[in-house]
Amino acid sequence: DQVFHIVPETFQQVQHLQHLCSTLPLDLWKPQLPEDIRTGEDLHIRVPAPLVQEVKDSLDHHMISYKVVIPDVQKLVDESMPKERSSDRQVPEGYIYTQYHPMEEIYQWMAQIKKNNSELVTQHYLGKTIENREMYYLQISQPSDKTKKIIWMDCGIHAREWISPAFCQWFVKEILQNYKSDPKISRFLQNLDLYVLPVLNIDGYIYSWEKDRLWRKNRSPHMNGTCYGTDLNRNFNSSWGSIGVSYNCSSETFCGSGPESEPETRAVAHFIERKKSDILCYLTIHSYGQYILTPYGSTTKPPSNSEELMHVAEKAAAALTGKYGTSYKVGSTSLILYSNSGSSRDWAHMIGIPFSYTFELRDNGTHGFVLPVDQIQPTCEETM
Amino acid sequence: AAMEVPLSHGLASRAAALATGYLCYRRGSPGRGLALRSLRRARREDIDDVGHKYYLELELEDVLDKDNTVNCTAEVLYHLGNKNTAPNVQFTLEGELKNTDEADNIFYNRIKSLEKELVAENIPDSHGNVPPEMEPIRLLAWVASGYVIWQNSTENTKFQLAQIKYVKQVKRSDEYLEFDYMILLHDMVSQEIIPWQMTVLWHPQHGVQVTQDSRQPKHA
Repeated sequence: DQVFHIVPETFQQVQHLQHLCSTLPLDLWKPQLPEDIRTGEDLHIRVPAPLVQEVKDSLDHHMISYKVVIPDVQKLVDESMPKERSSDRQVPEGYIYTQYHPMEEIYQWMAQIKKNNSELVTQHYLGKTIENREMYYLQISQPSDKTKKIIWMDCGIHAREWISPAFCQWFVKEILQNYKSDPKISRFLQNLDLYVLPVLNIDGYIYSWEKDRLWRKNRSPHMNGTCYGTDLNRNFNSSWGSIGVSYNCSSETFCGSGPESEPETRAVAHFIERKKSDILCYLTIHSYGQYILTPYGSTTKPPSNSEELMHVAEKAAAALTGKYGTSYKVGSTSLILYSNSGSSRDWAHMIGIPFSYTFELRDNGTHGFVLPVDQIQPTCEETM
Repeated sequence: AAMEVPLSHGLASRAAALATGYLCYRRGSPGRGLALRSLRRARREDIDDVGHKYYLELELEDVLDKDNTVNCTAEVLYHLGNKNTAPNVQFTLEGELKNTDEADNIFYNRIKSLEKELVAENIPDSHGNVPPEMEPIRLLAWVASGYVIWQNSTENTKFQLAQIKYVKQVKRSDEYLEFDYMILLHDMVSQEIIPWQMTVLWHPQHGVQVTQDSRQPKHA
């Protein structure tokens, strides 16, 4: 099948084109109806393969000039379809990564991923949330006799940032689907282990599905159950409670009753503390804003390895922009956004993890936290 | 004297967001919402006894047609001290905005001919979906929220419309369309979600007007 572009020059040409449309099974893309064909206006028409020669002959005969803008429609269709993997057994059958999933499904997904990729993936318990739900991270690790450095990535520390857990799931899928065929990924896994926590704030995430889409914090009760939630990203022991926080439970940036007062914070902090000498990079994924943020939020004084941190972040932002043109800003939180203390990223850097970044994914505010599902794929692809 | 402000700096992006909100209010319609595509340049002047003035060069995009962009210069003056006066915003658009008369009239006639008043909630829904017939209702809120954002912004706030909780049409005997909205604004700086009620009047030839608005308490 081919798609032709024609600009009719005379009324006779318009009439002939309308005649062709009514006598042959042609697919008019633009305009939608034959009666809307006009001189001087673009016409786009798909011609089924068996009719291509006949239509070309007819146009030539009537001195109507045309241009073939798509010489093979099927080829274009094939190229735009998500690639079918014959190795589908590596990924849960039919798990749709371009949709948002409730926590139940994410738990099931983790179990499936582990089961289908047991040579590479193990699931580990981190701790329990305030509402007693189990927190797990996935470890993607290629068996080897050398100890490897670790890259840690957590998603969903803020409940309403749904694109974040969606990205963690996408990331795992991409690695597992491509580690054999993609030389970059396979070299990566030879030297590094990946630890991914798909949802850190499980209770909050569930609450944003069931009760309040724009909930941010966890669900710890305060003041006799009259007020809920600590901002987990203000609860870490990095200049805790000093700036950019509220001591009031009703605020979105309530930092909790003390550093690491929340079980979710402790679960992550204790694990990272134990493994810190092997962790090369700490990544925490948020939305929205399109930023790659470096330490610190609590002070404008730059971290010791600030040049290197910025250099790497700028390369990452450039690679990201290269995919779909999405522009990301790079810099320290305290300069670009606002001051804040107790963030997980600041804490990770302060205990000695050299590369520590917060990613704020799409978008810029037009949709904000409620990013439409059709942006899940491009967001994840560019961030990958 | 005006000093350059780094484009990624929080202060520049807040002023840009405010200017965009104001501009959107002045030029928007149910067929046209404008959003900030990029900030090209920002300078700031501290005027003694008056306040802080930002000189901005912006690129805006049409929310419905991202490739449609327009450049603009804006001046934003945050008044010193007095938190009850809205910032002063002036702008100049370079070039023309797409004509939306046809879409506006279609929407106007559609609503005028409804038998029952329009009522809707959660736009967009949790997954970011907006049914096509609700898109003009959403854009109207986007435009009207520009007014609320303008009136309530300071150098320490950066507001965006997060979601429409509900909207109710109010039937009128004159030619205007009236909608009562409950919206949720997100302030990037404090991270707060602020419910806000606004009464919006619109007519294709008369633009968008917010005749009444009030901040609502956050429910427990």
